Amino acid sequence: MPLREFFNTLADTLTTNLHSGEVLTLYFEAEDSDFIRFNRNQVRQAGSVQQLELSLDLSAGYRHATGRCHLVGDLNNDLPPVQSLLAALRDQRRFIPEDPYLFYATAGYNTETMEEEDLPRVEVVLKDILTVAAGLDLVGLWAGGRLYRGFANSLGQYNWYSTGNFNFDWSCYHGGGGAVKSQYAGTSWDPIHLEHKMQRVREQLGLFHRPAKVLPPGRYRVYLAPTALMEIFSLLGWSGFGLKSHRTQQTPLLKMAQGKRLLHPLVNLSEYPGGGVVPCFTETGFQKPERIRLITQGAYQDCLVSPRSSKEYGIPVNAGSEIPQSLDLAPGRLKTNEVCENLEKGIYITNLWYSNFSDPNDARITGMTRYACFWVEGGKPQAPIDVMRFDESWYQMFGDNLLGLTTEREFLLDPNTYERRSLSSFRLPGALVDKFTLTL
Amino acid sequence: MLELIAKRFKNIPSPVDFWSLRLVEDRRQRLGVRQDVLQPITNHHGLGAYITVMDQGGLGYAATSDLSTTGLAEAFRRAMTWAKRTANTSLLSPEHITWPHQSGQYRTPVEQSWESLNLNAKIELLQDTCRRLKITDAIVDWLATLSYRASEVLFLTSAGAEITQSFYYLMPELKAVAHGGSETQIRSYGYDHARQGGLEHLDRLRFFDAPKRVAEEALQLLLAPNCPSGQMDLLLLPEQMMLQIHESIGHPLELDRILGDERNYAGSSFVTLDMFGTYPYGSTLLNVTFDPRCAAQLASYRFDDEGSLAEHTYVIRKGILKRPLGGVISQNRANLSGVANARACNWNRPPIDRMANLNLEPGDSTLEQLISQVEHGVLMDTNRSWSIDDSRNKFQFGCEYGRLIRNGELQEVVKNPNYRGISATFWRALSGVGDIGTVELMGTLNCGKGEPNQAIYVGHASPACLFTAVDVFGGV
Repeated sequence: MPLREFFNTLADTLTTNLHSGEVLTLYFEAEDSDFIRFNRNQVRQAGSVQQLELSLDLSAGYRHATGRCHLVGDLNNDLPPVQSLLAALRDQRRFIPEDPYLFYATAGYNTETMEEEDLPRVEVVLKDILTVAAGLDLVGLWAGGRLYRGFANSLGQYNWYSTGNFNFDWSCYHGGGGAVKSQYAGTSWDPIHLEHKMQRVREQLGLFHRPAKVLPPGRYRVYLAPTALMEIFSLLGWSGFGLKSHRTQQTPLLKMAQGKRLLHPLVNLSEYPGGGVVPCFTETGFQKPERIRLITQGAYQDCLVSPRSSKEYGIPVNAGSEIPQSLDLAPGRLKTNEVCENLEKGIYITNLWYSNFSDPNDARITGMTRYACFWVEGGKPQAPIDVMRFDESWYQMFGDNLLGLTTEREFLLDPNTYERRSLSSFRLPGALVDKFTLTL
Repeated sequence: MLELIAKRFKNIPSPVDFWSLRLVEDRRQRLGVRQDVLQPITNHHGLGAYITVMDQGGLGYAATSDLSTTGLAEAFRRAMTWAKRTANTSLLSPEHITWPHQSGQYRTPVEQSWESLNLNAKIELLQDTCRRLKITDAIVDWLATLSYRASEVLFLTSAGAEITQSFYYLMPELKAVAHGGSETQIRSYGYDHARQGGLEHLDRLRFFDAPKRVAEEALQLLLAPNCPSGQMDLLLLPEQMMLQIHESIGHPLELDRILGDERNYAGSSFVTLDMFGTYPYGSTLLNVTFDPRCAAQLASYRFDDEGSLAEHTYVIRKGILKRPLGGVISQNRANLSGVANARACNWNRPPIDRMANLNLEPGDSTLEQLISQVEHGVLMDTNRSWSIDDSRNKFQFGCEYGRLIRNGELQEVVKNPNYRGISATFWRALSGVGDIGTVELMGTLNCGKGEPNQAIYVGHASPACLFTAVDVFGGV
C-alpha cells in the first residue's frame, strides 16, 4: 500500500475509535534513504535506512499526552502497538493537569504535495563519483532517496508531502592537510554538473601547493562566502528568532529586539518556507505563511511563533518550531567576480566551523576557519591560510563593519542527517566584512 | 519481543561470508515543568533492526523499522546488495577482519526504578522543584525536567555471538534564567550529570536541594563584573573538565578520525599514528582511562556494537599517549590495539569509533589545596560554549560561572568567563589534580559525529584540575 494511503487509513482507523470528547492529532515522518560514505575516494560505509515514525497527541479538553513510535508500514502489524500506545496516553491523561498552552489546528485545510523525481540509481552515482574524483583524496557522504511527511487529525484534516532528493557533501584533501569542500544537491543527477564542480575543486586545490600564510591575530577585511554564512546563520537560528527566546530574554539578538542595536540597512532576513523544500504544514497542522520577515533593513521585525508560544504570548502561529528551516537573506549589489578586488588585502573565507556564542549578550560568536580559506592580495588569491579562530559580534559583522552583500546567492540544502535527513535549507549571498577579529 | 524478531531473522537464508543483526528497543519518557506549567509529557517507543552483511570482499548494511519477516528479508537483501556493490571499491578489506564472537549479557543496576514512583508523584516533585527556582522577579524563565530511557539491545552474528544488554538512564535538568536591563545570565544543573541507573541518583545529586543555589547563582552572575582578561592560573571544576576532556582528549584520540573518515564533517586530529607509545600528551599528572566498568556512568557497557568485550584501559599514563580509541575495524586498519568503542546511537545508524567513558583519574590534592596554590587566577564551572578546530587543537571554551582566586583564596563571582588555548600545550600546563573527593561522574547526551550523523551518550568522570598560565578573558 502506498505510504500516503497507509497513513490516511491508519489515521481513520484510530480516530473512529476515540472516546467521546477526545481529539487526536497525528504526524508522520518517513524516509527511504541510501547512504554512501567515502574516504580516500573509496567506500568506507554504505547502506540503506528505511524508517517510519508516527507522533500522536491525544487530548480531551486541555489535558493531553504525546507519544511517538516506529512503524512497520502495514496496518495488521502496526495497529496493535499504536492502539496500545494510545491507551497508555489515555491512561496518563488522568494524572495530567490542564495545559494552558495546548494549541492545534482546527481550520481543516487539506493539502497534498507529491513531488515525483527521477532519482539516480546508486550504482550510477557510485561509478560517477569514483570516476570523476580519480586521483583525489575525496571524503564525504552521498545521501539520497525519498522523504515523507503527513498530518491528520480527528477533525478531518489531512496533509501530505513527499519529495525525493540527494545531497552529496564532500571535501578533497591536499597532502599537506588543506581541503576544498563542495556540495551537489538536487533531484536529477547530472554527471556533467558533477564534473564541473569537481573541476572547480581541483583548481582550488592547486592553491594548496603554495606555502600556507600564517596570520597573526588581529582585525582583517574578509569575504564570507555563502557556505561560511550558513554556519553563522545556523547558530543564530537555534535561539535567535523564536518568540519564546525573545520573551524570556534569552535571544542573543536581545539588544536588537529592544531597539538598542541596529544592523546595516542591507540586512533583510526572512524565513521563507515557499522558497525551501519543507512541507507547507506544521506538526500540529497549521498552514505556514509564505514568508516571515525576521529582520528588515537592519531592524528586528517578527519572530517565529510556535503554537505553544502563540497561546502563551497571544501572537498568531507562523511556524512549527521556532528554529528557521528555510532562511533567506536578500542579496546586495556586490558582484561575486569583484569580491577579490574589493578585499584588497584580506581573507576569502569559504567555510567557518564549530561556531558558538562567546558572549550571548553581545551576540558575540567564536568559531574556526576551515577548508579553502585564502589570503587575497592584488585582486587574486595568493596562498591558503592556516586555520584561525575568530571572535566577533554579529552586531559588528552585519552592522558597522558590513561593506556589502553579493548580488548572486546560493541555495544550500542542510546536509545534516541526525535521526533522519534534514529538510532545512538556506538561500544566502556572500558578505564583505571589514575589521573581522581573528584571535588565535 | 527482540527474541521473537531474532527468530524471524534466523529463518532467512543467509548464504554470505558473515552477517550480524542488532535489534534495538527503546522506551523513553520526558517530564518537564517550565514556569510552573507542566509541559506536554512525551513518550517514545523505538524499535528497529540493523543488519550488516560481509560477502565476497564487500560490506554493506541495511536498517529498517519493518520487523515483519518480509521486512527483515528485504533488509537483508539490501545489505547483501550493498556488499556486492562495494566489493571492489571498499576502503576496507573486511575479509581480514576477525569479528569478535563472544556472548554475554549486561544490565544496568537499578535501585529505584522510574516506574516505582507513579506519574502523579513525579509530576508533583517536579512542580515543587520548579517553583523553588523562581526566587525573585529577576528570574524570568525557569524549568525542571526529568527524563528516562530504557534501551534493550540484542546482537547476533553468523560467527555465533549472542549478546543482550539492557541500559537504564536517568536525565535530570534544572535551569534558571536571570535578566536585568540588556543582560541575561543562565545557570543550569543536572544535564551533564545524566547517568545510568534509577531515581536513586536524584538524592545523590541533591537534585531537589539544588534549585535555590542554581537560582541564586544566576542572580549573582547578573550583578557580577566580567571575568578579567590575561594570562592566569585556571582551576576547572568537573562540570567544565568533562568538556575539556571530551573535546581535546576524547575526540583527537578517536581512531576513525585519525584514519581520516571524519574529515568531511567532525574533523581529523592533530594526533598521528606514530605518536602512540611515546608522545607527551600532558604533564606527568595526566592519567586518562577508557573505563566501561563504572555502572553509574553514562556510557558503561560490557560489549560494544560490533560485539567486542569492553575492558578498562589506560589511554594516557603519566602524560604519555598509550593507545587510541578505536574498535575492531579501525584497529585492523591502523594495526594498533584500541578499545571496544564501535558504537551506534540507535538501530538506524552504523557503529563508529566513540569515546564511551573516558575518565581523568584523580590525584591527591583537595580542592582547598588546589585553590591555595593559586596566587592570581580564576575558577570556572559548567560549560556554556565550546569551539575547537577540526584537528582538535585550537580551542575556546566558555563557562556559566566563574570566581576569582587571589592569594590562595576564593574571591568574588565573575560572569562570562572564557579561556582559549591549544590542546597540545594546554595539557602540559596541568599543575594540580584533585583527589577522589573532587571527582564527579559527568557525561554528555549529544556528542555529534558521523556521516550519516549520530548524537550519542558519552561519560566522563573527572576531578577538579589546575592549569598554569592560561589565556583567560570575559565579555564585552
